[in-house]
Amino acid sequence: MAARRPTLDVLTFHGVMIGLSIIALIVLVAPSAVVLIVSFTSGFSLKFPPPGWSTRWYVELWNAWQLQFAAKNSFVVAAWSTGLSIVLGVAAALPIARSKTLSARILDSVFMSPLVLPALAFGLAGLMFFSAIGLPVSKVTLVIGHTVVCVPFVVRNTIASLAQLDPVLLECSASLGASRFTTFRRITLPLVKPGILSGGFIAFMSSFDNVPVSLFLRDAATDMLPIRMWQDLEGRLDVTIAALSGVLIVATVAVMILMERVTGLSRRLA
Amino acid sequence: MAASGLRRSIDVSGYDLRLAMPLAGFFAAFFLAPLAVLVVLSFQTDTTGAHWGVTQYVQFLGDAFSLGVLASTLWLGVKVTAVCLVFGWPVAWLHARSGPTVKSLIMLIVLLPLLTSVVVRTFAWIVILGRQGIVNATLMSLGLVEAPLKLLYTDLGVVTALAQVQMPLMVLPLATALSRIDPNLVAASEVLGAGEWRTFAKVILPLSLPGIVAGSMLTYAASITAFITQSLIGGGQMLFMPMYLYQQASTLQNWPFAAAISIIFLIAVLAVVTVFNTLGRLSRGFAQG
Repeated sequence: MAARRPTLDVLTFHGVMIGLSIIALIVLVAPSAVVLIVSFTSGFSLKFPPPGWSTRWYVELWNAWQLQFAAKNSFVVAAWSTGLSIVLGVAAALPIARSKTLSARILDSVFMSPLVLPALAFGLAGLMFFSAIGLPVSKVTLVIGHTVVCVPFVVRNTIASLAQLDPVLLECSASLGASRFTTFRRITLPLVKPGILSGGFIAFMSSFDNVPVSLFLRDAATDMLPIRMWQDLEGRLDVTIAALSGVLIVATVAVMILMERVTGLSRRLA
Repeated sequence: MAASGLRRSIDVSGYDLRLAMPLAGFFAAFFLAPLAVLVVLSFQTDTTGAHWGVTQYVQFLGDAFSLGVLASTLWLGVKVTAVCLVFGWPVAWLHARSGPTVKSLIMLIVLLPLLTSVVVRTFAWIVILGRQGIVNATLMSLGLVEAPLKLLYTDLGVVTALAQVQMPLMVLPLATALSRIDPNLVAASEVLGAGEWRTFAKVILPLSLPGIVAGSMLTYAASITAFITQSLIGGGQMLFMPMYLYQQASTLQNWPFAAAISIIFLIAVLAVVTVFNTLGRLSRGFAQG
């Protein structure tokens, strides 16, 4: 009896844990897989499994100028927001990372707060603010709004990298006569670059995907990709959206694997 | 000479806080000022802005419909967080015990949804849960149901889709917390005769509390504000705070009331975050002490 109990105990515990995690992992992957499969349907509906196979919806995508226009806008706004986030975010992360002062801690919480506050409320606040100061909504207001919600990712990842940087390296560099700027350029920057890159990558993806801020801060002429897709989905279930989703999933996986190679993204985030 | 060398060694590893000033200025102008405008506008009694008062708040808090929307939004977050915790904890546990290859595979599977567009992920759930979707097709071919089940536009559908969309936010902090647990503690528990379940309940689970608190906070905050998934899977009949806010602001152009909704929603989220932060401090003290 005493010898049997542990085995049953181990079996049930491992069974439950592994069972639950396998269900979770399948559910995490399934939606992307299903979209990829459905996007190759020959039919006009999102029936699963598809009645036949074709690449017609990808060809259709080639002619979908509305979606392409929206994708271009989203890309431009995401690129500017990411650039601005990296410049402002890295500069802010440098002093905050090692400082224990109260003002540094307060700044840190302020810079992180867009992560938990409802973005839709911030979008509305931004619209009210720009209309109060008389600045009409445009790509500029979009970039400003996106930068506020994307900069936390850059700040957080850069601070995490800086925290792992051994200060002895900086002291060595200084004792060998390097100026502060040289030390920053030759020692600090190369060592925290993976952190900056992964922060920038997440910032770019979250800007490209942003709906709540864009809804309020864009002008009528600036259609953004996720909003276009969302509105298309509210109206009718278009298979072209499946093909577009397929392109986005493959592009995301490709960049993720590249970032995993360059920066070790998975270790960085866990 | 020695003194100047010492000062220099302190200098090189720290940076002047003034480097944070550009971002601080940017946040003051484009984050804090807009929030201040939002607060001011919420105290206008009508859209003309001629009178001031707490009318909008009285209207929200005295209206059973509005309070119902707030309550169902907060309750939705509880359900999604619970589902994410039940399934996310085992994933983090498996991640902590696996070898390097399986470890990074699990991490990439967890990260994939986080980095895929929310619209795409939600769209996938429409394909899965729809009348002709994968779930209904399977159930009907097995003869378990005669007619397609209604899964889209239901509470179950919204919770399932949101749980998948937000799962990474739960798993990432849990994985960090579990990888920090000293394996000797687990071994000690087993040597002393505790079985796996007892070790889980008395050692691993309590020590993972900081991760549970951090993950729950992120998951909760993200799921109650997840506007796209809520509106596409929930449909027109289920109204949650973000959509309520958007309808008032955009369709009805009632900015003061929309501002009041935003402030009430912000306060609700901040209250939840504060509770979780307090729990987090307590649990860290517990895990380390």
